[in-house]
Amino acid sequence: MQRDIRTSAIAIVVFTILLGIVYPLAITGISQVAFPGNANGQQIHFNGKLIGSKLIGQNFGTPVLEKNGKVKEEKGAVVTEADPRYFQSRPSATEGGSHNAAASTFSNHGPNSVRTKEANEENIKAYLELNVNPTTKKEYDPGLTVSRIPVDAVNFSASDSTPKSHRANAWIQAYRVASVRRLSLARVDAMIAKYTSSRALGFSGEEGVNVLELNLALDRISAGGA
Amino acid sequence: MTAAGWLTIALFAVVLTALAFPLGSYMAAVYSGRSVILSPILGGPERFLYKLLCVDPDREQDWKAYAKSLLIFSLAGWLLLYFILRTQTLWNFTGLNPTGFHSASWNVTFNTVSSFMTNTNWQFYSGETTMSYFSQMAGLTVQNWLSAGVGIVTAVALIRGIIGRSGKSLGNFWQDLVRTILYVLAPLSVFAAIVLVSQGVLQNLSNYLVAHTITGLTQTIAMGPVASQEAIKMVGTNGGGFFNTNSAHPFENPTQFTNFFEMLLVLIIPAALIFAYGRMTGNRRQGYAIYGAVMFMFLGAAAVAYIAEAHGSPAQHAAGLHTGVIHGSTGGNMEGKEQRFGIAGSALFDVVTTVTSCGAVNSALESFTGIGGAVPFANLSASEVIFGGVGTGLYSILLYVLLAVFIGGLMVGRTPEWLGKKIEAREIKLAGLGILITPLAALFCTALATASSAGRKSVAEVALSKAGGNTPQGFSETFYAYLSQANNNGSAFAGYTGYIQPNAGNLGAHGISFADLLGGFDMTFARYAPILFALAVAGALAGKRVTPAGLGTMRTDNPTFVILLIGVIVLVGALTFFPALLLGPIVQGLTGHLY
Repeated sequence: MQRDIRTSAIAIVVFTILLGIVYPLAITGISQVAFPGNANGQQIHFNGKLIGSKLIGQNFGTPVLEKNGKVKEEKGAVVTEADPRYFQSRPSATEGGSHNAAASTFSNHGPNSVRTKEANEENIKAYLELNVNPTTKKEYDPGLTVSRIPVDAVNFSASDSTPKSHRANAWIQAYRVASVRRLSLARVDAMIAKYTSSRALGFSGEEGVNVLELNLALDRISAGGA
Repeated sequence: MTAAGWLTIALFAVVLTALAFPLGSYMAAVYSGRSVILSPILGGPERFLYKLLCVDPDREQDWKAYAKSLLIFSLAGWLLLYFILRTQTLWNFTGLNPTGFHSASWNVTFNTVSSFMTNTNWQFYSGETTMSYFSQMAGLTVQNWLSAGVGIVTAVALIRGIIGRSGKSLGNFWQDLVRTILYVLAPLSVFAAIVLVSQGVLQNLSNYLVAHTITGLTQTIAMGPVASQEAIKMVGTNGGGFFNTNSAHPFENPTQFTNFFEMLLVLIIPAALIFAYGRMTGNRRQGYAIYGAVMFMFLGAAAVAYIAEAHGSPAQHAAGLHTGVIHGSTGGNMEGKEQRFGIAGSALFDVVTTVTSCGAVNSALESFTGIGGAVPFANLSASEVIFGGVGTGLYSILLYVLLAVFIGGLMVGRTPEWLGKKIEAREIKLAGLGILITPLAALFCTALATASSAGRKSVAEVALSKAGGNTPQGFSETFYAYLSQANNNGSAFAGYTGYIQPNAGNLGAHGISFADLLGGFDMTFARYAPILFALAVAGALAGKRVTPAGLGTMRTDNPTFVILLIGVIVLVGALTFFPALLLGPIVQGLTGHLY
């Protein structure tokens, strides 16, 4: 008994040092030398400013202003509305504003829940409205209806901070982005293809468009006029 | 459903088997004391550790001594982890608490500590909003290793009891533990961590980033030493995420490839242990028989989950969505799933982590369809024997094998024998108790939580749904919580929590204390009681004489026995849990009604 207690006490301290301090620090050291970009979150800098991480989705909305010109806030988070110039990320249900990458959370909407249906309907409404040209009152993508919306466009993702959505979703939005930015649809579609990652080894997982990288590339074109 | 989806599932099974087979021979050699490829490198550190810990690795232990060392060591781990987590700010001098998080209250810590000690990794906390890097590394990561080690050595001790030919010795706990960590877990974890970083998993000690997005918003991005914890979290079938959304988070599981890789990490040791068992008994077919039985159930579960999720949910259909594949889009139930994994990658991952005691998730189980969600329920109801956790899976299924041998013996009317040893009343009693004690804990806690007002407060549906939580979903949340904790799995229908983040101020509200404490006891009891029964069975078998197999001996390495074994597992699981399963996921799967 006494022997076990003594050994246990030594063992837990020794293992804590080895496995809890030496091991993570060693991996950190190796990673920082061998893969500094990955280990630090694939940061994207633009004009010396940190814009985000390639792996983390963002809210491509602009702050809503109140009548007095102040930024509108609800529950401590800035209220935003989707910016039609940008491809929109998948819906996010994080607290403190959507795509909160400091507090990831599941939406936890059950399969047979009225809440889920209502959330879906709300997202569908927002998606359809955004893809209607406000001056002509017509869909950018002709004939866009509920049944043509890819599910990932209106279902909350798991991490609620993913940058990836499906190409079918991007193709619909491409009509809007091309029109608002005065680019040819073919050019926007080509850019979508450029920022789409394929299935691993040809079979595992699904294709996904990195919406953040795609939007950044669009901005570069608009800025450079190239 | 797509061809690529089915191919993923099929190829996963093939790759897993191909990798587990050689690892099984390696592990058999490690635990038989034979020299292995890493012995020249690790022999020195191994001897040094024995000296440091003041243990004599040659001192043989009977089952009681083995169990005593195991329990005292686990208790020591519990105490140190509790201390580290409750004094989180005390360690700020290390610079490993850049966000300045304070400790969680005692009840949440009680739950967390019990959870990590028992290899459950149920999380009532959210990593990136409550834990310092120091707590994650020196606290939680350490128990990720040690709880995995404790599970594996129990299985090894049971195998030694089954094959033992002289006396009562099961080996030496300390020797087994040190060897497990050095020879098995360490090489796999270091390799896995580096591969994960090379694919985009984080590994740094920086402050959280503050980004200024292209539309003029600010975004804070959590950082941390993720890969080192992610590797052992998977390899040790622990499953506690560094971040709240676990392996769905892009920093834990960034690509289609890492998803496949992480699934392999989860199953590699449980699968290899089955082969190791065959080798150690001297008859590899004993291992193949068990492997065949569990692989069959595993593939069945994956297929059902994939088909159900690809079909979509009633809520989606009611909202007018088309859930078929459009223009190559995934279709299906994408609520709570990541685009890069798709339906097949999500369904398979969640089967992988719920058949084992891993409990990591890459999608929201709560949002799975009724039938898709019934699959993790069924996996847990089978008491984590379909591969199961590292070690836990093997010792649990060996108890089932014992039961199957006994039932088979009764059917053919002969004294049951297993590997030449007579099975008598004592072993059957112990194995029966070992099998039934986990379901008992799960059902008892579920009943208590469902019937008490304190328990009901933890159900998210109570607060959010119009039916006030009196829904199948609300019951599923509660039932899954205690079933998962009893099986030391740790995945969740994550609505079951009173911990509404990121406001850490509301602890104590929403019945969280009740759920913390009940869950903590549930996990601890359902972990150590079966371990003790497994070791007691090992002790009972160790001293028995081996009689050579005769013509009438029932074989335990042929297809007939595989079918019998599957039958026993399904029967015990169904008889225990079917009524409760009907009330939750199955009723949702059978109706298009919305609640």
